[in-house]
Amino acid sequence: MSTFVLLTITGLGLGAMYFLVASGLSLIYGLMGVLNFAHGAFITVGAYLAWWFGEQIGGGAGTRLVVGGAFGIAGGALLAALVELSLIRPLYRRPIEQVLVTVGLALALGALVQGIWGADPKPFPVPSWMIDTTTILGANVPNDRFLEIGVAALVLLGLTAFLRYTRFGLVIRAGVENRAMVSALGIDVRRAFTIVFALGGALAALAGVLSGVYFGVVDPTRGTSLLIFAFIVVVIGGFGSIGGSAIAAVAVGLIQQYANYYASSGTGDLAVVLLLAVVLLVRPSGLSPKVAH
Amino acid sequence: MTPALSVGDLHVHLGESHVLQGISFDVPSGGVTALLGRNGVGKTTTLRALMGLVPRSRGAIVLAGDDVTRLPTHAVVRRGVGYVPEDRDVFAGLTVEENLRLAERTPAPRYELVHDLFPELRERAGQRAGTLSGGQQQMVAIARALLNENSLLLVDEPTKGLAPLLVTEVAAALERAAELSTILLVEQNLRVVQRVARDVVVLDAGRVVHAGPAEELLADPDHVRRLLGVHGAATVEEGRPGA
Repeated sequence: MSTFVLLTITGLGLGAMYFLVASGLSLIYGLMGVLNFAHGAFITVGAYLAWWFGEQIGGGAGTRLVVGGAFGIAGGALLAALVELSLIRPLYRRPIEQVLVTVGLALALGALVQGIWGADPKPFPVPSWMIDTTTILGANVPNDRFLEIGVAALVLLGLTAFLRYTRFGLVIRAGVENRAMVSALGIDVRRAFTIVFALGGALAALAGVLSGVYFGVVDPTRGTSLLIFAFIVVVIGGFGSIGGSAIAAVAVGLIQQYANYYASSGTGDLAVVLLLAVVLLVRPSGLSPKVAH
Repeated sequence: MTPALSVGDLHVHLGESHVLQGISFDVPSGGVTALLGRNGVGKTTTLRALMGLVPRSRGAIVLAGDDVTRLPTHAVVRRGVGYVPEDRDVFAGLTVEENLRLAERTPAPRYELVHDLFPELRERAGQRAGTLSGGQQQMVAIARALLNENSLLLVDEPTKGLAPLLVTEVAAALERAAELSTILLVEQNLRVVQRVARDVVVLDAGRVVHAGPAEELLADPDHVRRLLGVHGAATVEEGRPGA
């Protein structure tokens, strides 16, 4: 029982990070039709900026995590906005070129991070209370798992409220359905594109920061490994659906953990791909239709 | 008097097709001008080109003396153009109220007018637009365009697929809207055209083949048959060119 509880909470922690990455990806694709392969670079850059800024300011691990994390998230948002304005905007309606540019950018940013900070993993500032464990039903669960789950839950609530109750959220929800018609109502949908890209960048960087806490280190391949599963989450959840992404992220995180333990180590990834195949066969549009909610 | 809209030598290519081949026409200020023609002659493409929703290869679009040819869609709309698309294009996942709120462009949106014309929309404010009937969705589409003070409304086949009773209701709404804005109307139902339009422009194969008063064209059965493919003025009662 204690193993099952530990696997479940660890799976939820992993799912929380997948959700943070997937929600931005999902909104970007849903609204703009852009398959952003550079999203993983936002994760890596956000995590490294958080680590680097923490090193600069010094102090306790908690201070470095909070202040460095805020810096990393702001950096991720800014980077994403700049990418949208300079590289993506000139290529709207040219999906092949968009893919090429975002793949190239992912490679370039990964190399840049490695060039500046080296290929070796860097120890991430993690307060000692996060490394400590809490006993739940006999399982000793690391406290950082609760942070990851809590942050993802807050982001889910915040995004849902933003989409449902703000004018801008209304524009995004409508734009995911039919962006040409949003323009035909006199709304400059390009501004929404930039803001959604920046929001996606911030959420990716937040996932990068939390992954630093989860794994205890940051390394240049972090973004790529998270991005692969985030893409799977987006496809399973349905492009443009925040709720769908949340459900799919939890499912992917849990299945990975259960399969790795109860089948054999390494089968978790295979189980996730099988889940993707089943969803694509049964519901090709994912769990939720293309409506932001 | 400056026309509400002046289109000059407008060309549109969609893929390999040269859909609009240099159309030119004016829409006089006030009243309804109907854009007619058989199916596939470029009527909807004309409205979409005026809105900037399809790329224009060549030509000029002048709105009350103001050249808007190179403006993006949202900027054209902000110059006072309302658009009711052919397939309604309501946002299915949003409620009726959200569909209307999204269309608000001015500090004082005209909800009173909209609810006066379509009282049903008030009752169904909280209902998702995707669950409405075709007629109700058309009401939402027209209401979105009427919510703001526009100098020009581009309305594409508002009665398409509607029951006769709803056609009458939509025609009445168009008459009311015409008191407030100039309307360029694409419409297949000649009975509606006869009721609301003052002028007509007829397209054929991407070119303007006739322009003049609606009454004059509709009174000439041979001309109607030649241009629109329906029989005589009497058939105006039920006539749908190209049908």
